[in-house]
Amino acid sequence: MIMAVALLLIVLASVLFHVFNPWWTTPLASNWRLMDDTLTITLVITGIFFIVINLFVAYMLVRFRHREGHRAAHEPENRKLERWLIGGTTVGIMALLAPGLVVYANYVREPHDALVLEVLAQQWQWRFRFPGEDGKLGATDARFVSATNPFGIDPADPPGQDDLLIAANEVHLPLGKPVLVLMRSNDVLHDFFVPNFRARMNTVPGQVSRFWFTPTVAGRYEALCAQLCGVGHPNMRGYVVVEEPADYKSWYAALPTFAGSQAKAPEAPAGGGTRVEQGRALADAKGCVACHTIDGSPRVGPTWKGLYGKTETMADGSTALIDEAFLRSFIRDPQARHVKGFPPVMPRIELSDEELAALVAYIQSLGSPPAQAAAEQKAVR
Amino acid sequence: MNSPAPTGHAVPPTDDAGHPAPQSFLTRYIWSQDHKVIAVQYACTAIAVGVVGVVLSNLMRLQLGFPGQFEFINAERYYQFVTMHGMIMVIYLLTALFLGGFGNYLIPLMVGARDMVFPYLNMLSFWVYLLSVVVLMASFFVAGGPTGAGWTLYPPQSILPGTPGHAGGIVLMLVSLVIFIVATTMGGLNYVTTVLQARCEGMTLLRMPLTVWGIFVATILALLGFPALFVSGVMLLLDRTMGTSFFMPALVSMGQVTGYKGGSPLLFQHLFWFFGHPEVYIVALPAFGIVSDLISVHARKCIFGYRMMVWAIVAIGALSVVVWAHHMFVSGMNPYFGFFFATTTLIIAVPTAIKVYNWILTLWRGDIHLTVPMLFALAFLCTFLIGGLTGLFLGNVSVDIPLSGTYFVVAHFHMVMGVAPLLVVFGGIYHWFPKVTGRMLDDRLGRLHFWITFLGTYAVFFPMHYLGVLGMPRRYYNFDGYQFIPPSAFSMNELITVVALIVALAQLLFIANLAWSAWRGQRADANPWRAASLEWQTPATPPGHGNWGPRLPVVYRWAYAYGEPGAAEDFIAQNAPPEAGPGEPEPEGQSEVRGAPA
Repeated sequence: MIMAVALLLIVLASVLFHVFNPWWTTPLASNWRLMDDTLTITLVITGIFFIVINLFVAYMLVRFRHREGHRAAHEPENRKLERWLIGGTTVGIMALLAPGLVVYANYVREPHDALVLEVLAQQWQWRFRFPGEDGKLGATDARFVSATNPFGIDPADPPGQDDLLIAANEVHLPLGKPVLVLMRSNDVLHDFFVPNFRARMNTVPGQVSRFWFTPTVAGRYEALCAQLCGVGHPNMRGYVVVEEPADYKSWYAALPTFAGSQAKAPEAPAGGGTRVEQGRALADAKGCVACHTIDGSPRVGPTWKGLYGKTETMADGSTALIDEAFLRSFIRDPQARHVKGFPPVMPRIELSDEELAALVAYIQSLGSPPAQAAAEQKAVR
Repeated sequence: MNSPAPTGHAVPPTDDAGHPAPQSFLTRYIWSQDHKVIAVQYACTAIAVGVVGVVLSNLMRLQLGFPGQFEFINAERYYQFVTMHGMIMVIYLLTALFLGGFGNYLIPLMVGARDMVFPYLNMLSFWVYLLSVVVLMASFFVAGGPTGAGWTLYPPQSILPGTPGHAGGIVLMLVSLVIFIVATTMGGLNYVTTVLQARCEGMTLLRMPLTVWGIFVATILALLGFPALFVSGVMLLLDRTMGTSFFMPALVSMGQVTGYKGGSPLLFQHLFWFFGHPEVYIVALPAFGIVSDLISVHARKCIFGYRMMVWAIVAIGALSVVVWAHHMFVSGMNPYFGFFFATTTLIIAVPTAIKVYNWILTLWRGDIHLTVPMLFALAFLCTFLIGGLTGLFLGNVSVDIPLSGTYFVVAHFHMVMGVAPLLVVFGGIYHWFPKVTGRMLDDRLGRLHFWITFLGTYAVFFPMHYLGVLGMPRRYYNFDGYQFIPPSAFSMNELITVVALIVALAQLLFIANLAWSAWRGQRADANPWRAASLEWQTPATPPGHGNWGPRLPVVYRWAYAYGEPGAAEDFIAQNAPPEAGPGEPEPEGQSEVRGAPA
């Protein structure tokens, strides 16, 4: 009896939870309303099935509970009933599958007039590339990847010269235009997932994977990595800004080309004259912020808040004062030694002397703790 | 030390178990070739390693419920916990327990054999399994710790810096898996051969209990599926240690161009899931079989549609090897595969639904005893139902695209292949414990354990579906600063963690019950549930060496002779003489055909 009540309560609680809980799909911002519709169809069909079966079992537990002197009926099979059940289930399954496959056929069929966007994934940051005026993306290869050419574009390939590069984690897209997303990875599997767009795909090193969608609602959407890619996985974030075509055009016009970025020596990033400001911009552009916070919370690497002036313990047990000289040598060769308590995964990033000075100045500006706090920090470690 | 009797070796006349009776403590309990002892060894090892898996899941939940409050759970450790929890639960607990534990104990007793046909191989299988567990556990103690690559071990990530344990942990993991597969293969060959060759007189294939059918087909799947994991494990090991590039394309790691070139990460995924999806059914089919028997015995009614149940098991087993790429809908494989694999995946729902209907129709007009094993069987029905239905979301490619890689997937697979089979494990242990030990498990402790486990796991995993629909990705150490996740989701995570801790603690009740009842429990008679199948008809309880005394049993009917009209009792044992009652029913279709001209 109590089991029957428990099943009733589970059905009731599940239905109430479904109705009243605050979590459902994020607001849709793409053309894939059909994906939400197939979700709804599936939910309704399976939900009815779930409720009916559980209630039926609960009923039987009461109706056919053990009573003294009672004996079960002898009923080894019932072909007719079984045939009906198989038939009904098959129809139900087809009702689920058919709309699903129709929607998927749309997903596989790419529009011809789509805007081409390349997403490049690398532990733990996103970069983006547009094909530029010629409409063709330049050839790429892992062996061309370097700090000055993070996309690995073949310098000798003509279509690559006018490619437009976005070395930061935010890309803009025009409202209402289909986008064909081509995806590459420099290192491991990743997955470019913007929940509001529904559409998504893994990025796989060594191949180009693809999907398409049409942004339908303006806004700034969070992109995240949805395929485990190492310790920094939760920090691999990006943004997609969907805006009016005019706004998009002016943003697009300011993008640097590949040829341009290769020709001149890396310039000091825009955004303020002071060295500290330059350092802040560099930390964003080079992806340092994927692993280092400035709010005191440790991530993949130590936070920069209060780092300068602190005494850190190294993995080999030695200690070192974090000063300008230390930071310079550490950034130049991050694999030479490791800070205790953090994974030894910091990549070597090519920086000019000026850039290095700016970055170190920025880290320095995030403060050195008082001597006592430093001592406490050390004790904790 | 014991060894298989060479040909011509003098064997005691009453003993034809294929090996002599044990003479000492060592050969009786340690280097034992008796399937019943090996089963208990397998089960105890699997449960012990399962406890580690549960502890790891709770450490993980602590971080998710109370992020950053437990300093020792840093990102690296979190991923190591996730990985080891998954691998332990799927492979080292569930696979080992169902095949090595239940399979070993029940197959010979249920088909009327004196032992497995290769007792020495059977013993070896356990010790090799134990070795694989030791190697796995050793990875906790090597520099860099165990691998944190996720239980799927996807390259390139699993063997590159940036993933915890990429130095020693992953190597030990792969070596352990390879050893485990050797053990499973030795056990599997044994189970299949025993079912096919060692059934007693009268035990036709279509008289075997569904438990044996489930384990039999699952074992065949294991023999087909595990080799795919074996080769992918060896190849990944070569990529990691010898610098080969089976799965590694040209890539850049931590800013450095590596020497890898030309390999395919997708190849690994295909091989992994070619094993991985049948693996779901390696765990599920024994559970299906056992739950059929529990429901039939405790509802005192013959299983409804026995033949259909057997064919459903076979059909599910066959279909399970052509659905693997539904794990890869968004992997970047050829998108046209999606149509095929979505279709095969949804087709598998039909035989699965038949099983659910037939369990329910077995209850219809039954005489339902709500014993502890029956409670677990009913809880399995409810849990498996929701887990199976959410499979229809994820198997349908366009519904899967937004849900893939979110907590919806976590909720689905925990319901369907975590909680549901474990409920059957518990139900099965409460059911067969009297046969194994001669004593009953404590009923009140059992009920307490049941209610906390059933309702607790439901409360843990049901809400996760909704967090997944929202888009919360799985395998996240924390969710700092994601705007699309409302604060309420974090409160939910706290609640889930608290419930998960309670459920984990409740498992101590179960372990205490096992330990206490094995020595102090109420004595059981030979057939406390009044079951018809053969394992309850042994001359001694617990069964002695060779199981059947001087003469093997002879079987006259199927295992589900409950509620036969006119019979003296409400069950007739499989080996009761023909006068006791009729054999199994004629297939209804045949009598229909005969009656048709009239």
